[in-house]
Amino acid sequence: MALHAPPRLERYADVPYEEKERLFQEVKADPRFPDYLYGCYECGICVAACPSARFYDFSPRKIAQTLAREDVELFYYQLNEDIWNCSQCFSCNRCPRGNSPGGLITLMREVAVRNGLRSAKEALEGYSRVIYKIMSTGTQVSPDMIQADAFPDWGPVAKETAENLDLWRRALPPETMHTTTTAWEVEDRTLAELYAIWYMTGTMDIIREVDEGLHMILCDVMEELLEEKGYAVAGGGE
Amino acid sequence: MVQGVGNSRVFRQDPDLPVPEDVRERVLELEAEGEWVVQRVPEPYAEVPTKYGRTKKVPLAHTWHHKSCGQCGHIPGYSTAIFWLHRKLGLEYDDPRDQTSCTGWNYYASATSNAAAQAAVAARNFAAAYESGYFPLIHCGTSYGHYKEVREELVKHGELRRQVRDILGKLGRPFVMPEEIVHYSEWVYAVRHEIAARRVHDCSEVVVTVHPACHYYKLVQGDAIYDPDIYGGQRTAVVTAVAQALGAQVRDYSTWFDCCGFGFRHILVQRDFTRSFAVGRKIEVMVEEAKPDVVLTHDTGCVTTLDKSQFAAQVHNRKVGVPVMSEAQFAALAMGAHPYRVCQLHWHAADYRPLLEKMGIDWREKWREFEDDLERIRRGEKEYLTWEDVDAEVPVRHFVPAS
Ligand code: SF4
Ligand code: SF4
Repeated sequence: MALHAPPRLERYADVPYEEKERLFQEVKADPRFPDYLYGCYECGICVAACPSARFYDFSPRKIAQTLAREDVELFYYQLNEDIWNCSQCFSCNRCPRGNSPGGLITLMREVAVRNGLRSAKEALEGYSRVIYKIMSTGTQVSPDMIQADAFPDWGPVAKETAENLDLWRRALPPETMHTTTTAWEVEDRTLAELYAIWYMTGTMDIIREVDEGLHMILCDVMEELLEEKGYAVAGGGE
Repeated sequence: MVQGVGNSRVFRQDPDLPVPEDVRERVLELEAEGEWVVQRVPEPYAEVPTKYGRTKKVPLAHTWHHKSCGQCGHIPGYSTAIFWLHRKLGLEYDDPRDQTSCTGWNYYASATSNAAAQAAVAARNFAAAYESGYFPLIHCGTSYGHYKEVREELVKHGELRRQVRDILGKLGRPFVMPEEIVHYSEWVYAVRHEIAARRVHDCSEVVVTVHPACHYYKLVQGDAIYDPDIYGGQRTAVVTAVAQALGAQVRDYSTWFDCCGFGFRHILVQRDFTRSFAVGRKIEVMVEEAKPDVVLTHDTGCVTTLDKSQFAAQVHNRKVGVPVMSEAQFAALAMGAHPYRVCQLHWHAADYRPLLEKMGIDWREKWREFEDDLERIRRGEKEYLTWEDVDAEVPVRHFVPAS
């Protein structure tokens, strides 16, 4: 039986209670919050279903319980220590109370990122190139990202793919998939609309909060196409 | 019948259990109130059973293929097989360039987005499908689950609808919600008997285990296909029903409900978790309890995770070495699709050759043919492999730009 140490709340003793409370209220204010939490029986069914609970000192039950009890100190601890362990598989949606602990974690992650918490920045270290790819091309892990040094544990197939990439991509019957830097061909008009969505929904502000360098690069790429397609870009936010 | 699952259990909905409201009714009401346009499922369609006993319309043709970034990027046989099946069944479709990813992979990995952005990305794609005249068929389990979540949020929250409508207005796009949100595996389920009728390779000796994709049936559960004839209606019927229709032996294993270990961020930046979970809780359990020749699933992330995680475990003498593919790839193989030109198995990591041998497919010969193709492309005699090369050149809309 695994014995877990109690959460070391004192780690965040120097963060003012008001700040923790503010972030807690931000999670609660999300319109999705009432759909994700109806209270908690503390039955642990979500934990039994949870892959991350098998691997980490992590529990969806504790997340649901903490939010239901409005335990602000524990909430702040989980916001920094726990939420990035979740696999977002939503196995916990089998909760008999109708909760979605995974959904609650999504909301907590959004708040952590939007507020630029150091723990969020650390969790996203090494991930910037993926954000760059999805936001700038509209497709995520492109064929040319499969490199042997990035995926050594995938065995020889990663190396072989990288070495033959252009040729192998040409040997695909679907005409949209002869690409190497994107998963499929995306039209410029489509991309410009995607960029406009990032600007209009405040997503660019979120990126600035977690990674200023990435924000600058993305702005460069996006503003050029947006202007070409006749969209006016104001500032870097709206 | 699935081996290892007693067929005495009959799924009956507990009459006292509250059945969630049918969100599709609200979708239509909102159309009547002038909030959006509902894109109707085109004919011909199949009516299939879902979790709470309602039926769902699955379009058979005239579909707009919402591709998946993972699948197209590094397991391209997943999408190629779906297209090939359409062509061989003579069902027209559109493979659009006016499509982005749902961006759900990034959202569930990094949360560097918000509800409005996610809903706007979905609605932009829905508008693009509507304007093309074709109906969305979603390849990725996550896109499918995520879009169903987005639909729930848009139905529930008027302010979110207003935001998205404003954004679409600025983009010059209509605000559209499809009548049904349909995953490709539901289409394969719907046409499984057509596929089985065209089977050219014997699958009766092939032992299959099925991994149902979490985001297919755990996110907004009411839409997933549950069929009283498959697992007594206790689990989703997609994938399993297809393998059974093809005559394969589907065997059960105890950790069927567990996720694959993908984890969204974990597969990219914390793969120790992904590898351990995929091997320890999925592949090894399957090997011990069912000895499968192949694992079939219906999501990009699951194929990648279960396939690619096995290599490192080999070094530690773990019980691994089972090929992993989508049921569409497997169905295509059974129908005589080329394992490399169509199913693109050379992108997969675990050894699939014993499976091909069991199905009576001469992989050495097929690889030679494919190498010849590559050589022709290399020499510039051919720019690309085409549908003609895979005996699937049917007059689908793909070749005829919309007027
Ligand atoms: S399954 Fe639901 S009710 Fe039970 S502990 Fe988890 S969140 Fe609480
Ligand atoms: S969504 Fe997160 S908390 Fe829920 S079961 Fe999956 S890993 Fe566990």
